[in-house]
Amino acid sequence: MSTPVDTAPPLVAVDAVTVRYGTVTALDDVSLTLRRGAVCGLVGTNGSGKSTLFRTIMGLVRPDTGSVLIDGASITAARRAGKVAYVPQAEGVDWDFPIGVRDVVMTGRYGHQGFLRRARRADHDAVDAALDRVGMAEFADRQIGNLSGGQRKRVFVARAIAQDAPVLLLDEPFAGVDTTTQAALTAVLRDLASAGRAILVATHDLPGLTTLCDEAVLLQRRVLVHDVPEEILRPENLALAFGVDTTAEVSR
Amino acid sequence: MIEFFLEPLQYGFMQRALVIAVVSTAVCALLSCWLVLVGWSLMGDAVSHAVLPGVVLAYLVGVPFALGALLFAGIAVALIGLVRETTTIKEDAAIGTVFTTLFALGVVLISKNPSQVDLHHVLFGNLLGLSTSDLWQVSALAGAVLIVLVAKRRDLTLFAFDRTQAHTLGMSPAALSALLLALLAVTIVSAVQAVGVILVVAMLVIPGATAYLLTDRMSRMLVIAPLLSVTCSVAGVYISYHTDAATGGVVVLTQAAAFTTAYLFAPLRGIVPTRLRRRHAAVGRRNADGGTHGTRRAGQDDSAVTVT
Repeated sequence: MSTPVDTAPPLVAVDAVTVRYGTVTALDDVSLTLRRGAVCGLVGTNGSGKSTLFRTIMGLVRPDTGSVLIDGASITAARRAGKVAYVPQAEGVDWDFPIGVRDVVMTGRYGHQGFLRRARRADHDAVDAALDRVGMAEFADRQIGNLSGGQRKRVFVARAIAQDAPVLLLDEPFAGVDTTTQAALTAVLRDLASAGRAILVATHDLPGLTTLCDEAVLLQRRVLVHDVPEEILRPENLALAFGVDTTAEVSR
Repeated sequence: MIEFFLEPLQYGFMQRALVIAVVSTAVCALLSCWLVLVGWSLMGDAVSHAVLPGVVLAYLVGVPFALGALLFAGIAVALIGLVRETTTIKEDAAIGTVFTTLFALGVVLISKNPSQVDLHHVLFGNLLGLSTSDLWQVSALAGAVLIVLVAKRRDLTLFAFDRTQAHTLGMSPAALSALLLALLAVTIVSAVQAVGVILVVAMLVIPGATAYLLTDRMSRMLVIAPLLSVTCSVAGVYISYHTDAATGGVVVLTQAAAFTTAYLFAPLRGIVPTRLRRRHAAVGRRNADGGTHGTRRAGQDDSAVTVT
């Protein structure tokens, strides 16, 4: 299951990053590397710093100390080169926005296009292929609000696929999603990883961790454990992140 | 009937009024699509009021009034940003504080220089009293805004929809935000002369809101809003000519009538079709008797709402 590419330099190198919001420390001395070909799970309670870590890797939050390198270059350079794709949480999206499925996926191609963002043949092909891959081709012309929870997630995963970025960040892609979609998305993410991408997935779905991930990180403002999923799932490790008595509850 | 349309056109002031009404309403309408979606309708309100002192000062100094207006539009936007970012005051309060202050400054300036500026014209526009040079000034400003809006429409729409994605793709949401505000300022300056400070707000909100009710695609909104708005303003100018009513006011009332019609009868989001659909669905459910309405494809999620 794991794809060892140990000799290759990491695609994402988070090095001793500390982020403070006022007096609150959101991330404390976090170091983490994401390598090509691997899916890394990000597990932690709400408020454990998962979103802050995403925002730091995307350059939306500047770390107080420490640094982030993407493919050996700065975040700004990586953004300009379209190297990071992001799948947001459902709550972060305006589902009433007058935009169709195909248009959303096409925004993933903007980095490949010129000043006017005119879509070329290759862009249309990439969008069609991405929609196909997540099983959303027949819904391409729907307005995004007229989709179920699972379909909505698929659209944004398709956008990330269309962007063709080496680094994929997914914030809770399985929240409020049916099992069919979860299985389909898991397969797609495994495929994308096999093709050499580095994928970081924040998830609450502990039972699905071994199928989805090659490795996982337990985060509680700092990295508690970074290991293979089987190790992460050991009760004593989960207890570190979730508190002693709640392990049974969170792993439901 | 033909006379109804042709008779007013023999007057130069009516020709100019029509051209300026068409040009400025088209640009306002286009811009309103983004303002409505970003949630900046109040920004149009604020900037259009805040330009008043600029207009007065420009008249006093003797420079083109667009210059003064643009300057104060920029000052208003900067002050709103300053108050919002350096305090915990919410955006609407920051907007309200800044624009009323600047507007009041304009009112005071006018009261001290009563012969220079006609407050009524600034507030309600003076569509029928525009000169040929006004026409060129409005057209140049509006044309510039139009070109930028059309060229950068996809970026602006992404900014309105998903700033994080814009950022991730290497764009600068801050720069796009500044661009939209600058376009708003220039648009207001060009439209203020035609319909006035008060009514320009309506032209920056109503067309976008109406188009939003009529379609669920931005690309169509960008066509519907200007078409509708231009139709309404031409109709408004004619109605005001024949009824001898305030032109700016009639133009906006015509737009409001279009909005009301869309609000009631728009196929997609109008309240009458929505109610009918709901009733229809309820009847359908009763007839189906808790069984076979709608077949679900295997592998698809439920709860997808289909609107045609």
